[in-house]
Amino acid sequence: MYRYDEFDARLVTERVEQFRRQAQRRLSGELTEDQFKPLRLMNGLYLQLHAYMMRINIPYGALSSKQMRQLAHIARTYDKGYGHFTTRQNIQYNWIQLKNVPDALADLAAVEMHGIQSSGNCIRNTTSDQYAGVARDELEDPRVYCEIIRQWSTLHPEFSFLPRKFKIAVTGSPNDRAAVKLHDIGLRMHQNEQGKTGFEVIVGGGQGRTPFVGKTIRDWLAPEHLLSYLEAILRVYNLDGRRDNKYKARIKILVHQIGTDEFRRLVDTEWQQIKDGALNLPQSEIDRINAYFTPPAYAQIDDETESLNEQRTQNPAFDAWVQANLAEHKVSGYSIVNISLKSPKLPPGDVTAVQMDALADLADEYSFSELRVNHRQNLVLADVPQKDLLSLWTKLIELDLATPNIGLISDIIACPGLDYCALANARSIPLAQEIHQRFQDIDKVHDIGELTINISGCMNACGHHHVGHIGILGVDKRGKEFYQFTLGGSSDQNASLGDRTGKGFPADEAVNAVEKILNTYIMVRNDGERFLETYRRVGMKPFKEALYGSA
Amino acid sequence: MVLLKNGTVETDLYTDVSSADKLPEKGAILVSLTQWQDQGDALTKRLDALGIVLQSDEKPEHIANDLAHFDVIALEFPTFNDGRAYSYARLLRERYNYQGELRAVGDVLLEQLHFMHRVGFNSFNIQSKNAIKDWEVAAADISIWYQPSSDNRTPVIKLRHDN
Amino acid sequence: MIIANTLADGFVVFLTEAHSWTNDITKGAVAETDEQAESLLTAAKQAEQTNVVIDPYLIPINIEDGLRKPTEYREYIRATGPTVPIPS
Ligand code: SF4
Repeated sequence: MYRYDEFDARLVTERVEQFRRQAQRRLSGELTEDQFKPLRLMNGLYLQLHAYMMRINIPYGALSSKQMRQLAHIARTYDKGYGHFTTRQNIQYNWIQLKNVPDALADLAAVEMHGIQSSGNCIRNTTSDQYAGVARDELEDPRVYCEIIRQWSTLHPEFSFLPRKFKIAVTGSPNDRAAVKLHDIGLRMHQNEQGKTGFEVIVGGGQGRTPFVGKTIRDWLAPEHLLSYLEAILRVYNLDGRRDNKYKARIKILVHQIGTDEFRRLVDTEWQQIKDGALNLPQSEIDRINAYFTPPAYAQIDDETESLNEQRTQNPAFDAWVQANLAEHKVSGYSIVNISLKSPKLPPGDVTAVQMDALADLADEYSFSELRVNHRQNLVLADVPQKDLLSLWTKLIELDLATPNIGLISDIIACPGLDYCALANARSIPLAQEIHQRFQDIDKVHDIGELTINISGCMNACGHHHVGHIGILGVDKRGKEFYQFTLGGSSDQNASLGDRTGKGFPADEAVNAVEKILNTYIMVRNDGERFLETYRRVGMKPFKEALYGSA
Repeated sequence: MVLLKNGTVETDLYTDVSSADKLPEKGAILVSLTQWQDQGDALTKRLDALGIVLQSDEKPEHIANDLAHFDVIALEFPTFNDGRAYSYARLLRERYNYQGELRAVGDVLLEQLHFMHRVGFNSFNIQSKNAIKDWEVAAADISIWYQPSSDNRTPVIKLRHDN
Repeated sequence: MIIANTLADGFVVFLTEAHSWTNDITKGAVAETDEQAESLLTAAKQAEQTNVVIDPYLIPINIEDGLRKPTEYREYIRATGPTVPIPS
């Protein structure tokens, strides 16, 4: 994992002190709220429905056990004892007090964390594959380039006042777990004909009010040109992106309005001028960063097929967890363990300080002291020896962190919604919990199989509803909460946006609507066909009929 | 409003006539892009110093061939969050090789001075009771920069690999 | 009633008759007439000017069984806290 050197550390410390002065000036009345707001946002501090909310970046989802302990400390000392992991590999604290924020940020800086650019119209936290470095299908470790991008984008003097926020994601695997087609820039690593690894560059994807799947503007980009090419894209966007209407200011609208070809031409023209300049990435720098991501000292062990099978047969609950929550590791004898933050008891993505501390201990004991956070609001222990799975699972059970539902119906993405968010139109969390309650029966859950339900509390789509197999959007209809449904969305390498079913449902009918959709699926599916495949084959009609009758 | 230049407060010698109907006979002036395009010939014949103000939707490419005529180029920030002029400044410095005074005008706040300086501005029209102190605070806030830009601060990557 | 956030801690507060601020909705001032509402708002804006609170505004409430209930569900949640239990 990347470790700060003296330069990184100094920058973050200076930034904390800068914010301390700014907060002081605000508290003393020297700055007005209007003047202070952009400053606090640039450090991840929002004012939400009930209180201030502080957002801390977890760069490309990587977290050491030491950092996790510090997150627990922050939750306990400055908040109400819990935190919320978001869909963008960040953590949010909901009850932080302005007067304590500088101290909290200083504590975070001590473990190489910060909230810089976690809000505002600037380049946000670069996100990536939660299985980076351990996935079997991976070509190259995307975290190396995420870190390079993180540094380049931090306090970029030219791009800190863009038309709108800007999100970059990188994947090093053909199976896209980072939703790169739904970002302002998505980078997909692949080999060109000469066998050299580079990036496919995708721009203009995004969700929100006007969702788009991104367009490829370059099939292959050599790594040494990564930063100059990104700088060219950002400059074109900074110059030509719309600033007259905040809802039309994202790069996706620019790309859509001038067309992919024209956008590509503008970027290439700009790039020709700055390519091979000071932004060229020397191999020595790539190597330097790469060295931080050397694989841990794996033991030479074989896959534990037999003993694991025996444990599974003896213990059906363990078996269900293994089946749902594990992913293949590239090294034999190891597994990737997903830790579901979708227990029926807590809001999706929420973790208590007690759990955080315990997770840090588990990471120390079982997984080289590292954890990851993914965009589905779950956690990952990436390097668990298979012989330890049973003992890990036993401990997770005690912590209520062993819900066996990864990729299944109750693994719901839900944004904070109106329970916390000042922009919300409707609540998300109670609906997620109701769906979870309704679909408790393990056999039924497995029968439904792979399914993503994503819920957002407003058009901003933090809950990624456009790309849920079933997407749910909360709206306010004459002072009441309503929920609109979309079907057929997906955020993987075959990304697609969901189609609206029709008019929305009041809160008390929303779960029934989910059930009707799923009953229809069970009726019309072919053998072994997943929900998404069925929907893509049969289309909207049967679902519409089930929801609204065949009038 | 004071003019902060190279870390000190200076008297502004220029009169901004960019929205005036008629240009004064004499004296250092700042003109608009339209005035420059319409009356460029006359303006170049003046003996006094000449500057131009570009609005945030006026790209510097319009004056890329005329830079020798200007002693000052002022870039307007209609609001602090309209960041186009950051790119304009870099283009003027790095692409068009403009060497003269580059002035930030409009909604210029202490918190942005550092970024502005990094992209090539060397003077600022700022509303401040104590501009010199503001500048000292702003310029000392952050000492580490990752990116190469239009100033002479050494990016971290060079610091790392040069020793 | 007037609802706002305090500057220093950010928590939701209500303006009282005495023009101080309380976290307790039952202690907040209730305006019965437009004039009363106006005068509460003036006092609240004053407190915004002096950097005590942020963004104060008036919300309509009903009184049901002696309890004050903001009529809009957004304000209701804002006044009473998340509708889901705080994790512990
Ligand atoms: S989708 Fe809307 S309600 Fe949900 S967190 Fe984002 S802004 Fe808030």
